[in-house]
Amino acid sequence: MSKKEFIWNRKHLIGLRDLSREEIEYILDTAQGFEQVSTRSIKKAPTLRGKVVVNLFFEDSTRTRNSFTLAANRLSADVIEFTQKSSSVNKGETLLDTARNLEAMGIDIVVIRHSAGGAPKFLSRNINASVVNAGDGYCEHPTQGLLDTFTIRKIRGSLEGLKIAIVGDIAHSRVARSDIYAMTKLGAEVTLVGPPTLMPAKINQLPVQVSYSLDAVIGQVDVINMLRIQFERMGTNPFPSIKEYSHYFGLTVDRMKKMKKDVLVMHPGPINRGVEIESEVADGPNSVILQQVTNGLAVRMAVLFLVNQGAMVKE
Amino acid sequence: MEVLLSSDKIADCITALADEIVSKAARGDKIAVIGIRSRGEILGKRLSDALSKKLKTKLPCGTLDITLYRDDINNPQGQSQPLVRSTEIGFDIDDKIIILVDDVLYTGRSTRAAMDALIDLGRPKAIRLAVLIERTGRELPISADFVGLKVDLPAEKSVQVNFVESDGKDRVIVI
Amino acid sequence: MAKNILIKNGFVIDPANKINQKANVYIVDGKIAEVGKIEPKADMVIDAAGKYVLPGLIDIHVHFREPGDEEEETIASGSAAAVAGGFTSVVCMPNTEPAIDDATSVEYIHRMGRQARKTHVYVMGAITKGRAGEQLSEMGFMAQAGAVGFTDDGSGVQNVSVMLRALKYSSMFKNIVISQHCQDNSLAGSGVMNAGFNSTVLGIPGIDPLAEEMMLWRDIQLVRKTNMRYHVQHVSTAKSVELIRQAKKDCLPITCEAAPHHLLLTDDACCDYDTNYKVNPPLRTEKDIEAIKQAIKDGTIDALASDHAPHLKSEKELEFLAAPFGIASLECALGLYIKALIEPKIIDWPQLVSIMAEKPAKIISVDKGTLGKGKQADITIINPNYEYTVDVNKFRSKSKNCPYNGDKLKGKVEYTIVGGEIRYSAFATV
Repeated sequence: MSKKEFIWNRKHLIGLRDLSREEIEYILDTAQGFEQVSTRSIKKAPTLRGKVVVNLFFEDSTRTRNSFTLAANRLSADVIEFTQKSSSVNKGETLLDTARNLEAMGIDIVVIRHSAGGAPKFLSRNINASVVNAGDGYCEHPTQGLLDTFTIRKIRGSLEGLKIAIVGDIAHSRVARSDIYAMTKLGAEVTLVGPPTLMPAKINQLPVQVSYSLDAVIGQVDVINMLRIQFERMGTNPFPSIKEYSHYFGLTVDRMKKMKKDVLVMHPGPINRGVEIESEVADGPNSVILQQVTNGLAVRMAVLFLVNQGAMVKE
Repeated sequence: MEVLLSSDKIADCITALADEIVSKAARGDKIAVIGIRSRGEILGKRLSDALSKKLKTKLPCGTLDITLYRDDINNPQGQSQPLVRSTEIGFDIDDKIIILVDDVLYTGRSTRAAMDALIDLGRPKAIRLAVLIERTGRELPISADFVGLKVDLPAEKSVQVNFVESDGKDRVIVI
Repeated sequence: MAKNILIKNGFVIDPANKINQKANVYIVDGKIAEVGKIEPKADMVIDAAGKYVLPGLIDIHVHFREPGDEEEETIASGSAAAVAGGFTSVVCMPNTEPAIDDATSVEYIHRMGRQARKTHVYVMGAITKGRAGEQLSEMGFMAQAGAVGFTDDGSGVQNVSVMLRALKYSSMFKNIVISQHCQDNSLAGSGVMNAGFNSTVLGIPGIDPLAEEMMLWRDIQLVRKTNMRYHVQHVSTAKSVELIRQAKKDCLPITCEAAPHHLLLTDDACCDYDTNYKVNPPLRTEKDIEAIKQAIKDGTIDALASDHAPHLKSEKELEFLAAPFGIASLECALGLYIKALIEPKIIDWPQLVSIMAEKPAKIISVDKGTLGKGKQADITIINPNYEYTVDVNKFRSKSKNCPYNGDKLKGKVEYTIVGGEIRYSAFATV
């Protein structure tokens, strides 16, 4: 019980970049405690009874929203769903207006997904409720980073020394950023793989390797995380065709043969079958994609529980 | 600091508890032991070992984490914060007689939380409460079925149960 | 109104006339009658002992939002802010709603400026109709109406042939400058801050410095061909500075300006998503700041201009991605320049006055920026060592989007005299 002195005092979960290794491990440990809630006949605990969680989603997302809704429900919180396409037009109701309106109804936790990086941080500065980031622009998707890390840790025991490749559109990926922070803090060696046109500026200032060749790295990695190609963010045509992208960066059956036998294949979903990953690989024995989804629930329950705890900590 | 029970006395109490549980059991009862984290877990294991020996059959034994069911979870927190740990009950509790084990019965709030947690796991035939120490000061209408030692203490005193597994030695003290 | 004013015992800094000493300034009928050891009888005497007496400061880059966004700023409120900041002349940018792209609009700005009766209000017209970057606006008529130059500020003219045509065509008008907000939109994309490590970890689309440098390089080639007078607005990168330095060596008629935020702030300031740090061109890096300061020291940069860009609180209280660009800094600009340039001894006071008055006047071809005999009496009197705290709530500007709020700055404006009339005094309501 060496973690006895540790007090979780964060009221918000904005990103993993700000968290210490200890804090990340504390969330993962807590998530472990929540796993069994989903395996029993009555999949509900009264922990957040009487609390109100708002799912404030300004971007399409079925899975993350469902996962958060279910997590909140399993902790007996009441959930308000608020879905609205965000507009960059600043006339009409602003994000702040929306949040203040919701807050006036007496809410406790806001789960926000927004197309603008920084929107959750902005919100956390301006309202009293706890804020949980469910993905903001290209910035972070902390619960995804946590569930990816949780999944690897659960199977491998630890991330220390593991070689992990994150493949695809790094530039527009909040998942990649949150994964990088969580995984490197827990001791993994992360290599980013993708075409140069999908690498963000000065990414090498983070503790990662960058490679433009998937074939050069697949032989060594213990975990490979295939990012989804987001066609809606491809306005600038960063590669000539899907066919050519798949040729260089797709996880094919042929490439799988060159990988370690026990490599873990991950994907944040939803999958573009045949684009970044071939169906046979996605559904194959090395794939932990569905475990990621299951673990996401435990992680999100832990996060909702912890931000609520953090809000209770006395100064 | 006053020593309430020494190491030997603790062992005696556990034996006595086991005897009493066995004596009250009816033929055909399916008994399982579930300890409440964290001291109840250790006590539960010892009690289950003692019971298994007496009944000459390995009793199922599990651990219950009641953090999610605590009624003070949304109170302001100071220097201590509940850590959620996993409930490890590797058997079906339906139709079993559950011996719920805790180190100390005081306000009854942990027992209330534990009962709620157990009922979310299934439908036991009965839940019996076994504790090492029962002290006065109940805040809920709850009482123990099997008690190692009853004590009457003023509210400002606290009872601490130490076990070899968690604290290096077995003893029960009053501070 | 006093017919004649004597400013006594002040320290006069007038680089155009190489004056940098204690002297009295005598104003008669709104004009400078004499500067020197004189003590004529005057209707009004201002004791400027311990103060600096400067030719009225000129800000060649402000946004007064009228017409269209009067909730943010009006020519009246902006003019009041200008004199409070020590500026006796300002140049309004044409990116209003609608854009200033015809003579009537130019006249409207002038009229509102005269009615405000604070600072001289000049205006640049749009290079293209509606600032759309396609068809040339009526530059001739606007020049006749008194526009001092042309720019599509807010964005650059993207199409090369349109820009070439603008430079060629405008070269037939005298005393006109073509001014450019250098930014190649195809490179800048949807960027809203400097492209770099910070934009990467903040998850905010970045604007590569190349977006500015490419258009600047392109325009330099066009100037080489047309020899038209060309001005680069708010230079923000080290490479831009280098391109301008080389162009000047090649004797091209190029001038440029720097904004206070590009002397003081880096993109680190954006790390908390505070939209008051969202400007265009964006805040860059320490290296760029150093290069710009060096260019000010060696004279590559001709003018300081605030790029005063007022916005409503409700507009700035948005996600970083959605909030508008701009900092409102007109009222504290002088203090910012002192902090950036005088305190670290990059330049001295005569140099500062030169790039805040004399040289800006030349860029917009107005007979101002000096205390020469017979010139219009535009004078700014400051207490250079007086320290004050920036308080946006005291701004005359209608907008408070100023990241320097709460900062301690030196250099308090005590009097702003425009055409021989005291239009601002720190000691009384004028």
